[in-house]
Formats: sequence, C-alpha cells, structure tokens
Amino acid sequence: MIETIGITKTIGEKMILRGVNLRINQGESVAILGTNGAGKSTWLKIVAGLLKQSNGDVLLDGVPRKKDDYSQQQRLGYLGHQSFLYEAFSPVENLQFFAKLYQLKSPDKRIHQLIDDVGLSFFKHEPIRSFSRGMIQRLAIARAILHEPDVLLLDEPHTGLDQQAVSLFNRLLLDLKAEGVTIIMVTHDFPQINAICDRAVILRKGKIAEDECIRGRPVSWIHSLYEGEALSS
Amino acid sequence: MTNEQSELTGIVPSKLHKVLLAIAVPMTLVAMYLVFIWTPIERMMGPVQKIFYFHVASAWNAFFAFFIVFVFSLLYLFTKKRSYDLIAGVSGEIGVIFTAIVLTTGPIWARSAWNTWWTWEPRLTTTLILLFMYIAYIMIRNLDMEWQKRARLAAVFGIIGFANVPIVYMSIRWWESNLHPVVMSEGESAGGGLEPSMLFTLIFSVFTLMLIYFILLQKGLYVEKLKLQVKKMKAKEQEKMIS
Amino acid sequence: MKHLFAPAMAIARKDLYAEWKTKQTITTMLIFSGLVIVTFSFAFDPSNQAVSALVPGMIWVITIFSGILGLNRSFTQEKQNDHLHGLMVAPVDPSAIYLGKCLANLIFVLLVQIISVPLLFLLFDFQVISGVGLIYFVMIVFLGTFGFIAVGTLLAALATHSKSSEMLLPILLFPLVTPVVIAAVQATRIVLVDQEGVSAALSWMQLMAAYDVIFFVVGFLLFEHVLEV
Repeated sequence: MIETIGITKTIGEKMILRGVNLRINQGESVAILGTNGAGKSTWLKIVAGLLKQSNGDVLLDGVPRKKDDYSQQQRLGYLGHQSFLYEAFSPVENLQFFAKLYQLKSPDKRIHQLIDDVGLSFFKHEPIRSFSRGMIQRLAIARAILHEPDVLLLDEPHTGLDQQAVSLFNRLLLDLKAEGVTIIMVTHDFPQINAICDRAVILRKGKIAEDECIRGRPVSWIHSLYEGEALSS
Repeated sequence: MTNEQSELTGIVPSKLHKVLLAIAVPMTLVAMYLVFIWTPIERMMGPVQKIFYFHVASAWNAFFAFFIVFVFSLLYLFTKKRSYDLIAGVSGEIGVIFTAIVLTTGPIWARSAWNTWWTWEPRLTTTLILLFMYIAYIMIRNLDMEWQKRARLAAVFGIIGFANVPIVYMSIRWWESNLHPVVMSEGESAGGGLEPSMLFTLIFSVFTLMLIYFILLQKGLYVEKLKLQVKKMKAKEQEKMIS
Repeated sequence: MKHLFAPAMAIARKDLYAEWKTKQTITTMLIFSGLVIVTFSFAFDPSNQAVSALVPGMIWVITIFSGILGLNRSFTQEKQNDHLHGLMVAPVDPSAIYLGKCLANLIFVLLVQIISVPLLFLLFDFQVISGVGLIYFVMIVFLGTFGFIAVGTLLAALATHSKSSEMLLPILLFPLVTPVVIAAVQATRIVLVDQEGVSAALSWMQLMAAYDVIFFVVGFLLFEHVLEV
C-alpha cells in the first residue's frame, strides 16, 4: 500500500530522517512513536505531500509519488496539528469548501451525514470560532475523511481532547478501520495506541528502531518497548 | 551527508583564487595609470570626467553580478544544490556594493557636469530601483529560517527581480522622454563620441573590476563555507554535550 | 486543468465569502483610503486649480497603499490554522492557489477603487470625464491593478514565511511594481488631464499589458516554490 524507501530529509543543518524504510499494508493501523525530534511528523508530512524528501521514494501501491499526480493525493486524508478549518465559517460551510477542493460530486448528503456522525448536529450552522478544542478536532477528522480516503494520516490527534472526546474519536477511527481504511498515527498517547493500532513503529534519530506487532499487548509492554529503546543507547 | 560534505571540502582558498589575486594587483595598478595619467583630460568637463571610468565599470559589473544572481537562482530551483544558492547570495551582495558605487559616483559627476546632484535620468533611476530591489533580496536572505526554504524564497525573488530590470528601464526611459525630451544623458553613453584611448581605458577598467568581482565572489564563498563549517562543528559539539 | 480552475474558483469564492461574513479587510482598506485622501487635502490645497494635475497620482497612491493592506491579510489569514497545508494536501495544483488568491485580491482592490476613486474626484472637485475617456480610464485602472496584484500575490505568499511579513511585503513589492506604477500614472494623467495624446496612453497601456502577462505567468510558474513548507 504505502512504502517509503530510503527516505532522508535534511532541514537546515540537521538531518531529520536518515533512511526510513517502511512498508504499510492495506487495512493496517500503525502507530509511529518516538521522542521529540525523532522525525515522526516530518515523515508523515513527506507521505502526505507537504514536504519534499531530500532523497528516497514514497510509493503508493507501488507507484512513486509524483508532484502532479493528483489521483494519489485524492486517496490520502491528512490531519495535522492544526485543524485547517476556517473560523468564520460554520461546519457545513467548511466541509462544503473542502468538498469543492476535492471536487466531490453532490457532497451535501455526505457532509450532513458526517456532521451527525461526529456529533455536531446542533452546531451545523454556528461559526466554529466559538467551538471548543474537542469540537474542532471532531470536525477536523470529518474534514480529513470527507473524500473517503484509503489512507488516513494523523499527527497527534489526541492532544487536548477530554475523555469523552477521546472515546468518541476512537470510536470513529475504529469504524474507519473496520471499513478497511489504513490508519497511520503519530502520537505520544499510549492508551490510545493500544485501543486503535495493531503495529507500532518506533523512530529514533531519524531511523526505525523497532517495528512490532502490538495486538493484544498491554500498555505497559508498549511502554517498555519505547523506554527500553530509549535507555539502551 | 557525504554529498554535502564533499560539496564543502576545499575550505582553504583555491589555487585559482591566488592566481586571480596575483593578476588583479598589477591590473588594478595599470588601470589606475591608464585612468589618471595615460588618458587625456576631457576638454569640457576637466578632471572630473575621470570618475566616469569607475562609474561605468561599476555599473556594468553590477548588472553582471545581478545576472549571475538570476542564473544561479534558476539553477538552484532546478538542482537544489547549496553551493548555487551561496553563489547567488554572495553575488547579490557584491552587486549591491557596485550599485552603491554607481550611485555615489553618479551624483559627483552630475554635480560638475550638469550642475545638479541628481536627475531622474533613466539609467540613474533604474540603478536606484535596482539598489532597493537587491537590498530587499538580501533582506530575504537574512530571514530567520532553515536554509533550504530561505534559498528557495530568495531564488524566486532573484528571478522575478532580474526579469523586472529591462521593464523598469524601458518604462523610466519612456516616462523621461515624454516629460522633457532633452538629450542631456547622451554625453555619458559609452563608445559614441569617445576618443580611442578613453574607450580602451574604459574597457580595461571594466575588465579589471570584473576580475575584482570574481575575486570577491570567491572570497565571499570561502567565508560562507567557513561559516557553515563552524556551524556544523558547533552542532556536533553540542550534540556531544547533550548525550 | 481539472485541478486548476475549479479549485481556484473555490478558493476565490471562499475568500470572498469569508470577507462577506466578516467585512474586515474591505472596511479597513476603505477607511485607510479615505484617510489617505484626507491627508492629501492637507498636503495639497484642494481649492488650488493646479492640484487637479496631481489627481492621477493620488488614485494610484490610494490603490497601492490600500492594496498592500489587503495583500498582507490575504496570506496571513491562511496561516492561523495552517490553512495553506490544508490546501496543499488536497489534490490541487499549487498554481490554483495563486490563481484563486489573485482573483480574490483583484476583486477586493477593484471594489475599494469603485468607492474611493469617485470619492477622490468629488472631494477634490475634479471634472469628471465622459464617453470614450471613461472607457479608457476603466481599462487603465484594471490593467494597472491587475499587474500590481499579480506581483503582489506572489510576494505576499513569499513574505508570509517571515515573522514580520507586514514590514517585509512593501519593501519587496514597491521596487518591483515601479514600471506598472509609472505606466499607470502616466496613462491616467493623459486620459484625465491632457485628453489629447490618446496614442501615448495606448502605448502605456501596452506596456502595462506586457507587464501583466509576464508577471502573471512568472507568478503562476514560481508559486509552488514559494508555497512549500
């Protein structure tokens, strides 16, 4: 599905990624872990097409990413640190704008369905300026999956959410997972990894240090995997 | 990593640099001799006319420097090689210095030739705008961000800036001729009414300054690379201290 | 092509609609141009007949100063929630963002001109032209504004990478738009004041058209390099 071969990225004088080889199959849900500055977000941004790698290739179904191949871009959904949503607009207007960018045909039904799914039905026509972080994040995920992507790229999606929002958010992700959407998540939040992901990839200093199946493992095990790596070097 | 290191080796001044320097010193002296002693004193303007050799030579080399900025900006956008970005940057800085020379010698000449410090003559005005444009270019180069991004932004500005130069010149010339079609600028035009010895001196000083431009370019590159090396060593030391 | 015009339209419409809801940018630009006109009235005595010769220049000073305000907003507002990243991960040609932004900015500045230029004529008691002259005048204003916006949009996107983009933008922009300012002021002066050398006005308009085409194409091609994170 998604494969990165020998990705390197230098930003300024710093080498952020030093040859990341990673293969992720259709339907997998993968957590990318690592300390701050390990290169997790950079890797995700390169896969999303926001950054250009210095060297190496990103393959999508075996086809290298090209700059003007927009059908590949259409298959990716990306949720970054920020929501990308316009504060002056209501949820419906925001999603309508992104539907136009993705050139969806007759998107209205899907927009309303999605807003109901994320539990914002009562706020459909309120400008999102007054929304809480949890509400915005719910709408942001709706935006990311609006065009029904095959791959969902999430950059620390749980930061700043309360318990209730987290459980709603996780339920959404699990539904998507059940539909066969590949989920790639950069995060620090171990309980959520446990709830959602099957596989954990740990990056250290721009390289893959661990790549383990974590299905059925307790949170503490993931923790020791992460910590153990941190201590051993 | 290896790629970049190989780009930055040869941090000592190259042999070419020394050779160029060895040629430049006598050439400058000869140029001085030609300008101040060999060429006759112009009948109308007197000794002030001598400044014209420096003025025109600086102007030509300023344009040449900005042309180099343009070429290497394009090259950078296509290849993303750091050395191209450095060349463009250093060349831009030298170009600004030459432009500043043009803009100080120009009024000195104008004061005695036309009895005014400044006229809104096309070439002078274009040069003034060039100065502003490439100061803006240097400002972009001094933005606080990682070099790849800064280089990209500077390259874009270097390209559109240079593309703008002929249009600026044309529009100002046109504007000037519409306002008062006086041909007082003609006296300055190269070639034309110049005596052969003067023309020779002019061409000679243009080439001398061009040589100096290349020496400065090499020197500037050398300084930039040293800065990079120091930065890298510093980063390495810091990393050692942390871990 | 599919990823160019439709998204460009969507972006332009989004900007216009957001402006319709908040009315922030246009209001600021209008008030600012009003203040510039008032300042002119202090600087040049409006009752003096000779001042009418300065009116063409004033039109373009108003356009450029209020235009800078709009251009600054155009991309800084897209930075609040990393909106630009949202546009970039969508299947959208980077040039579409340029196209859409150009269109929105052009409409903003033209709207401001529609109000502020008649106001200027009114307050400076300027003899309003009619007939063919008016058509020429409208065309000159459009050509000049388009060139200004074409360069301005590219440079505004460039300047947003800086922390002090409001200060950087004018310094980058003014030297680059000199040709279009000269041409626009000259052509406007001919049409409004002289009314004789129409052929000269035409050649100025050709210069502006050439400038517009060159910088629109250059902006279109180079925009992706300005955009990347």
